[in-house]
Amino acid sequence: MSAITASTPPRASALAMSIRQNRGFYGAILLLAALYLVYNFIHPRGFSTNVFIANTNESVALAFVAMAQAMTVIVGGLDLSVGAVMTLTSCIASELVRGEPWQIILGCVVSVAAGAGFGLVNGLVIVYGRLQPIIATLATGAVAIGLALLIRPQPGGEVDLDLNWAVTNSIKDLAETYHLFEDGEAAWLQPIAWVPVPLLILVTITAAVWMPFRRTVTGRTLYAIGSSEGAAYMSGLPINRAKLWAFTLAGFFAGCAGLYLAIQTGSGNADIPQAGAYTLNSIAAVVLGGISLLGGVGTVIGALIGALILRAISFYFRILSIDPLLQPLVEGVVLLAAVSLGAIRTLRVKNRLELFR
Amino acid sequence: MANDLTLPRLKSDDLPIVISAGFVLVILALGSIYTVATLGTMPLLSPNYLLTQLQTGAFLGIVAAGMMMVILLGHIDLSVPWTMTAAAMMATTVGGPAAIPTGLAIGLLVGLFNGFGVAYLRIPSMIFTLGVDSVMRGLMIAHTGGFAPQDSATPLMRYLAADKILGIPVAIFVWAAVSIVIAAILSRTAFGKAIYATGNREAASYLSGIRTRWVIVGAFVISGLCAALAGVLLAGYSAKAYQGMGNAYLLPAIAAVVIGGTHILGGRGRFIGTVVGVILIVLLNSVLSIMQMPEAGRQIIYGLVIIIMLLVYGRTAKVTS
Repeated sequence: MSAITASTPPRASALAMSIRQNRGFYGAILLLAALYLVYNFIHPRGFSTNVFIANTNESVALAFVAMAQAMTVIVGGLDLSVGAVMTLTSCIASELVRGEPWQIILGCVVSVAAGAGFGLVNGLVIVYGRLQPIIATLATGAVAIGLALLIRPQPGGEVDLDLNWAVTNSIKDLAETYHLFEDGEAAWLQPIAWVPVPLLILVTITAAVWMPFRRTVTGRTLYAIGSSEGAAYMSGLPINRAKLWAFTLAGFFAGCAGLYLAIQTGSGNADIPQAGAYTLNSIAAVVLGGISLLGGVGTVIGALIGALILRAISFYFRILSIDPLLQPLVEGVVLLAAVSLGAIRTLRVKNRLELFR
Repeated sequence: MANDLTLPRLKSDDLPIVISAGFVLVILALGSIYTVATLGTMPLLSPNYLLTQLQTGAFLGIVAAGMMMVILLGHIDLSVPWTMTAAAMMATTVGGPAAIPTGLAIGLLVGLFNGFGVAYLRIPSMIFTLGVDSVMRGLMIAHTGGFAPQDSATPLMRYLAADKILGIPVAIFVWAAVSIVIAAILSRTAFGKAIYATGNREAASYLSGIRTRWVIVGAFVISGLCAALAGVLLAGYSAKAYQGMGNAYLLPAIAAVVIGGTHILGGRGRFIGTVVGVILIVLLNSVLSIMQMPEAGRQIIYGLVIIIMLLVYGRTAKVTS
């Protein structure tokens, strides 16, 4: 093994290998970059901070929901309750995130914890109840929507306005709102003052939660389960623990999505069609991000990229003068075409039996 | 002798059906106790009430029948909502004697397209049918301008969905006819056996000479046809087609199939179970509405019932190798 790596330049070969193994992921990054660059060229106010902030704001909730979905898809499952859990946590947040600073912080923590707790319940039902994830989360999703309706029968709520302003704008605005770093005028802050806070939140949570987690034994076990649960069991890996973690983290990410949505819209709404749309879009985002629905392939970052691609596509509708009545059709065709890219695999198959997995 | 035959069979595929049928009785009993306590009567057990419930159940029953064919293969058809809506809208737009054939043709086309994507392009059905659903939605919004079409359902559609023969709603006869056809396909034809075989292990079925891709296309066509028929009937029932009319049918249809004992990964399940599952969901909904349960409580009970039913009989084997 060492002889092989020694004979080739190690860094270049590692990157090449990574690209070979994650074609979907790198393809998604290229697609996103191309889509977003062209968008900015066409946009009359392209490459401006305002456009960038507005775009990231609209992408955060879907990005978190897609990351939640990715956790469960990697272990070979599927979570049809992510949209419902997001709705539930946004309703909780719309009740709690206001008042004194400590109340606001507590409200945020409780909302996200409620999401993670619901995910843990999902995991317990699936692991110890031995139910299929698809159908179990279909049912728990209904329970989550029911709880959301209990908390908020009518849309509404008064989320703290300062917080809304601070997290939906640039870092400078955040510092100004809370009088940090000399009201955002500190010299060292200027190079990054334009960065949108929503982007910062996404990157921070991904780096703080997913990056360390995937390097743990539990994180590795997720991939082993997704590739072959039987083999993972025979290797003595902690299967139950890994699945519980996968669903708990899915709930955590869905909770983050709900919290952000509540802060962004300033309110909560137990909207059943919206929950369904987020769940379905999360599956599409996961596929676009190079994660195999069969499990064992892909990363949460891929799902994040996939969600951004979906959002980038929808941004085009605003600047291209497409008849609004045709928008859903174009959206549908783009989605169908994007997921059909996976069919290229069938052209490479040498033995037809490989098709049936 | 009959006992010897039924006892061992009861252990495998019939257990879910027996339990869910028992649960239907429990729902009726609890609902009746509630109405006796509050109203002093038992409207739940009147034939008229039950027939009305079966009439509303007919639409769900037809959708679930088609969905079951696909789930038996280990696939899923998420394009049902807008297939229903598209069929209903096109049927009312065309009107006249061609209305129902037009609606069914939409279902046939969608089914063929779904089957092509899943069987030949090998795209996971969950994502492909989802894409087809959004394309259908886009087509219908472009077609109608986003409003409910003004055309009304033809007399034949209204007759099939809302009229009665000898006091029994015609929709129940349509549901019964669809059920008999699907049950016969599943138990009496080579195609039916091929569905079970392919659902169990596609590679083995392929090697034993079953044209598994045709089987998949066939199952999706049946699912599309059933959804289209349900959509056309639903337009007849409410006298016109409207946006999103099929949205309320997707998840209950999947739930009915699974509660009826069909394995979500395919290969196992009896059709009668799906019928019982549909009746269970319809009665549960109507008893909850008699109790004036708010939407929140309904959703929670609905979810818990599915989980508890599956915990009783839907558990998968423990992974040990």
